[in-house]
Amino acid sequence: MTKVAIIGVGYSGYAPLTPHMSFKEMMFEASKRAYTDAGINPRTDVGSFICCEEDLWEGISITDEYVPDQLGGAQRAVCTVSDDGLVGLINGYMQIKSGLTDVVVVESHSKLSNVLSQGDVTRMSFEPYYERPFLTAETAVALEMRRYMFERELDDDIPAMVVAKNKKNGLGNPRAPYSAILSMDEVLSSPMVCEPLRKAHIPEPADGCSVTVLASEEKARILVDQPVWIRGVGWFSDTPWVSQRDFSKAVYAEGSSKMAYKMAGVNTPAKHFDFIEVDDSYGYKELQHLEALGVYTKENIKRAVEVGETDLRGPLPVNPSGGKISLGDMVEANGLVRVVEAVLTLRGQGPRSLRGAKHALVQSWRGPPTASGSTVILEV
Amino acid sequence: MESKKTLPGTPITGAEWENEVYSFRKHSVQLRYAWDAGSAVSGFLEGLKEGRILGRRCNRCMRVLVPPRAFCERCFRSTDEWVEVKDTGKINTYSVSYVNNDASRRDKPLIVAVIEIDGASPGMGFLHVLGEVEPSKVHVDMKVKAVWKPRDERVGAITDIKYFKPLEV
Repeated sequence: MTKVAIIGVGYSGYAPLTPHMSFKEMMFEASKRAYTDAGINPRTDVGSFICCEEDLWEGISITDEYVPDQLGGAQRAVCTVSDDGLVGLINGYMQIKSGLTDVVVVESHSKLSNVLSQGDVTRMSFEPYYERPFLTAETAVALEMRRYMFERELDDDIPAMVVAKNKKNGLGNPRAPYSAILSMDEVLSSPMVCEPLRKAHIPEPADGCSVTVLASEEKARILVDQPVWIRGVGWFSDTPWVSQRDFSKAVYAEGSSKMAYKMAGVNTPAKHFDFIEVDDSYGYKELQHLEALGVYTKENIKRAVEVGETDLRGPLPVNPSGGKISLGDMVEANGLVRVVEAVLTLRGQGPRSLRGAKHALVQSWRGPPTASGSTVILEV
Repeated sequence: MESKKTLPGTPITGAEWENEVYSFRKHSVQLRYAWDAGSAVSGFLEGLKEGRILGRRCNRCMRVLVPPRAFCERCFRSTDEWVEVKDTGKINTYSVSYVNNDASRRDKPLIVAVIEIDGASPGMGFLHVLGEVEPSKVHVDMKVKAVWKPRDERVGAITDIKYFKPLEV
């Protein structure tokens, strides 16, 4: 079976507001960049287009009807995956791997600024009989955060350090609108939302669109000098019941990474990667995810943060892009946004300190209140 | 067709449903959105406010796209310029509707039509309604013209055109 590579990436938006363009125009801009990057013409060179979005975030039912034109996919094979962008990437990977086609475009976007009732959309995802009367997105998160921190004996300063690190990492990334120099104290003095969750822990909403072009090995070698290979993929869902979860660990991240490691032949994840992009929502999620990925353990995760092992210039940079904390929450696009960041970094177009990086992992979580996520292993 | 009485199962009456005899849980939401119209749609809506119908031309395939788009979906490139088209056209297809969205009967039938706008490329145009015409007189390929709301009532919406009426010849 052929190997699969990412041969082009494009992006647009990445801002709190994008009033100057419709979601279609944002997709057109991002996909045009990706096709230029890959050196392809979407009207003749692409076998399949995949768009990742969710009707309730779009405000349009059966929203996949509205995506082909601006991707160059008019009257072509187009489908929508109603999930995080990483799941769309994995679907594209499978289409190429199975020999169905040799070039696939995967797109995902957020126009969160257009959703005036974001809380209502999230509330619609809660279990309606037992849990919905009591939950908001923030309480669902805070319940897990409390238990995780209790089990690991973490003080408030540890998640705050993660937030401060990722805010700072973003300053080196021209695409990260929420980057900042923010001290741990500033995080800890930000308003309490629901204990132990503070405002500064919560990723701010952003608009944005990410596009990747995937190709078979044969096509990739003809089209580009620097293909980024997808070596392993995995996806996994834990229980939907908030009240039935093991809050001490991210079961979905553990499951999806095991699947991806097996495929890629990764036996020692702690030593395999030059950098990692994980979902870093609320600070503590970064730690919970790193444990689930087998990169750190519950015994050494706290120390790793304290001594700066995961800093940009540490031995294992985590979220060199600035993560969701700096890039913003782009709902279903979050996973694909990080793939674009990882690809650019592997091609030497990311942080200077990571030039020469060869192995990367991208992990995504579908956001509150889900317990679903995916992992992709990339290599140059 | 089989009579209702012979079908198996336990019927549920409207009264049982209304009195919540069966277990269910209600949840209602108010979903609110405000979509950024973007450059192409904004230009079109601004044009309507001025009583003009605008399209965008793609200088590669030379089509005039109505309603306008920022990009040509055939050539996959940005469109090149604004073009004012006429407020006349011909009926591609139409339907005389006797029911509302909730299936209630209308007092007066609504004639919905797809109108190919003069000056746009063949097959290009938009949906609207017809007025000043008896349903029985409407036909495919009928020539029609926009009837605009007065200028001070126009807000930059497709409904700034009240309806299309048969073009007097």
